[in-house]
Amino acid sequence: MINRTFTCIVCPNGCKLNVTASEDNAFIVTGNKCKKGIEFAENEILNPKRMLTTTVKTNFDLMPYLPVRTDNEIPKEKVFEVMSILRKTVIEKNIKVGDIIIENISNTGVNVIATMNTEEKRYG
Amino acid sequence: MKYDVAVIGAGPAGLAAAISAEKHGAKVVLIEREDRLGGVLKQCIHDGFGLIRYGEKLSGCEYANRYIDILIERMNYGNIELKLKTFVSKVDKIDDGFNLLLSSRGKLENIKSEKIIFATGCRERTPKQVSIHGSRPSGVFTAGLAQYYLNINGQMLGKKCVILGSGDIGLIMARRLTLEGANVLGVYEAKDSPSGLTRNIYQCLEDFDIPLYLSHTVTRLHGRNRLEGVTISRVDQNMVPIEGTEEYISCDTLIVSVGLIPENELPKTLNVPLSKHTKGAIVNQYYETEVKGIYACGNALHVNDLVDYVSESGEEAGKFAAIRDKFEQEAVEVTFTSDFGYVVPQKIVKDTEPATFYFRTSKIRENVIVKVYDGDKEIFKKKYLNLKPPEMEKIKVPIDGVSEIRFVMEVIQ
Repeated sequence: MINRTFTCIVCPNGCKLNVTASEDNAFIVTGNKCKKGIEFAENEILNPKRMLTTTVKTNFDLMPYLPVRTDNEIPKEKVFEVMSILRKTVIEKNIKVGDIIIENISNTGVNVIATMNTEEKRYG
Repeated sequence: MKYDVAVIGAGPAGLAAAISAEKHGAKVVLIEREDRLGGVLKQCIHDGFGLIRYGEKLSGCEYANRYIDILIERMNYGNIELKLKTFVSKVDKIDDGFNLLLSSRGKLENIKSEKIIFATGCRERTPKQVSIHGSRPSGVFTAGLAQYYLNINGQMLGKKCVILGSGDIGLIMARRLTLEGANVLGVYEAKDSPSGLTRNIYQCLEDFDIPLYLSHTVTRLHGRNRLEGVTISRVDQNMVPIEGTEEYISCDTLIVSVGLIPENELPKTLNVPLSKHTKGAIVNQYYETEVKGIYACGNALHVNDLVDYVSESGEEAGKFAAIRDKFEQEAVEVTFTSDFGYVVPQKIVKDTEPATFYFRTSKIRENVIVKVYDGDKEIFKKKYLNLKPPEMEKIKVPIDGVSEIRFVMEVIQ
């Protein structure tokens, strides 16, 4: 028996959702002002997913850390596993925004991509 | 060298302003004190940027990169000059515009520009500005500084962290520090409602079981060299600590996320009137301040919660700075009730085009109608299920022929 309350973050309305589920897994969502709230609540209980953004180490003096993100959401329970892989990653060659750093990380089907160029024009 | 428009600051507002001014025919100089473009977005590695503009959840870095690419492409036309590692030390009004004294790599340079756009962003309110008692050990950081250390330099801040203030950067740092292995003990907010966006409360705190304590604040720091702990107290409705509610929490790091203040040191020297509500310049719908030729946009004008609106104001300021050749002093004052935190712009110049307004509610409200009046005549209304102080609203109001603009809020019965 599930009984959870949380705030819907699909839109700025921020409905306070209450979700109950009976033994046959039928969800009853209350507090939602639209259909998206039901979908959000079901996903949050059955298969919560999150984007992950962090940095990876590089060999470049001007940019010792390169910002990266997953190119899609990954299962919430894999967030710390993915973090530990990325902590061991070192960038040795020049990278552009959108380049894949690690393909199919932790078998999630999701790639980790760079969100900045390693080479940036600098003055002085 | 004489420019049409000098843009100060190359963050999201300044990048958009420079591109837009150039596209509208101006000869532009873009001045940035750092050695890279992008402003604070360089350290905003988290996602959620650009949802309105691009319909995508980009990281701050990616969002900045899109504008940097456009700027570099537009620079090929030869009408944008970029001055990095350059600080504007002084601005003087001259007959046909402004004289800017620039300091760069040990050298001084004077340039002239007919107009100036201030896109200088905002600064963090510091721990000193919220009056915490006790010693002054290391381990106390503003949230943005902590973000810089961790995301740009890769320096970890501490192991046991307390966060004061529920502003968005504080919430994002709570998640970031947790992902990097720190133990975030809690977020303490003196107000009775969170300062940050709902999605950040949910994804940065609730996801990691980080508790949020409303109506609580840090009242004392402990420790000689490094922070050893903080005293937490409950506060009353006036945010005054309640005696007898003190609680000691052992920690080595305090992150302070207690608000942002628009940066306006240079405009003050030019006698640009500032608003007591926004702490930014008073502007009309063309983003022009009350001093001829001076424009303001982005977080220097008022602290935004979404970068999309920052870029939008930069684009508008850049466009109007490039195309406007007259300065009207005659303007209609925009007034609002205490139900509003603020309304921007604060003045309206006579025009047939509708004007865009940004406003914030002063406290959480449900089921209200925002109405705009010209005298007794209602010229605009919109229903809101929810209004929250951290979430800015944008509306377009017809202003043709108005003699007064008054914002009111009514509760739907």
